[in-house]
Amino acid sequence: MDPNYIKPFITSIQNVFSTMLQLPVSIGEPTIKSGQQPFDVSGIIGMSGDVTGSVVLSFPRDCAERVVALFCGQQVAFETSDFNDAIGELVNMVSGNAKALFPAGRKVSISCPSVVVGAKHSVARQSDVPCIQIPCGTDCGDFVIEIAIKSKPAADPAAATHAAASVKA
Amino acid sequence: MKIMLVDDSKTMRNIQKAVLAQLGHSDIVEACDGQDALSKVQAAKPDLLLVDWNMPNMDGLSFVKAFRQTNKATPIIMVTTEAEKGRVIEAIKAGVNNYVVKPFTPDLLSQRIQETLAKKAASAA
Repeated sequence: MDPNYIKPFITSIQNVFSTMLQLPVSIGEPTIKSGQQPFDVSGIIGMSGDVTGSVVLSFPRDCAERVVALFCGQQVAFETSDFNDAIGELVNMVSGNAKALFPAGRKVSISCPSVVVGAKHSVARQSDVPCIQIPCGTDCGDFVIEIAIKSKPAADPAAATHAAASVKA
Repeated sequence: MKIMLVDDSKTMRNIQKAVLAQLGHSDIVEACDGQDALSKVQAAKPDLLLVDWNMPNMDGLSFVKAFRQTNKATPIIMVTTEAEKGRVIEAIKAGVNNYVVKPFTPDLLSQRIQETLAKKAASAA
């Protein structure tokens, strides 16, 4: 997967968590996800347009409870609509900010968020799109962002000109 | 002064309400999407609207376009994750007066609200 579509998520997640939660996020080594790692809470966003696929923020329960408490400024009971709303808004902000950092000219829309709550669940995705998993560390605990997206080839006149020049040379 | 918050996220509406409370605004009307806002806005007669973009049923841009057909004057601030330049231009063309990209600090939202209200007051004078 083109790193130009992964780096924006790293920038975005650090920006969202530092701005809205005053919570620094340390980023681990991105890997291609293999197998299923169970989590307790996941916020999911779909992408459509020039980039398609899904973005998932997955948390263990303890971490999710601490993160939501910071975001909302108060404790919010687990498995309530307010709790799910907060998780959904976080993944919405992370995805929305990331797509603004995609290579210029890419037109991408994001869906309204969905939230899955359930002990030790996993989220299945399209099998033909590799899923990049990025571990995130915070003082509230560790969570992951999983990015399974693919981009349509860009109609890039500059690239076409460059390619043509290369052929001539 | 009455302010309408249009956002499908209750969390975000609560964050905005806290900022507005710090600015001394407590007369707030809430709507959870564009349709809900359209059904409430005539009766509520807000002096300012804060509108999200991505919402179910009716998105914020569609709401702004519909609202502007009958109301050109009431200021609207779009508060959204849509940060691309093209989106901002699209929103301004639809009739949005100011724009805040999520995530935002309370200070930034306060600043945008104050400058929007100041412009409204100046144009009314």
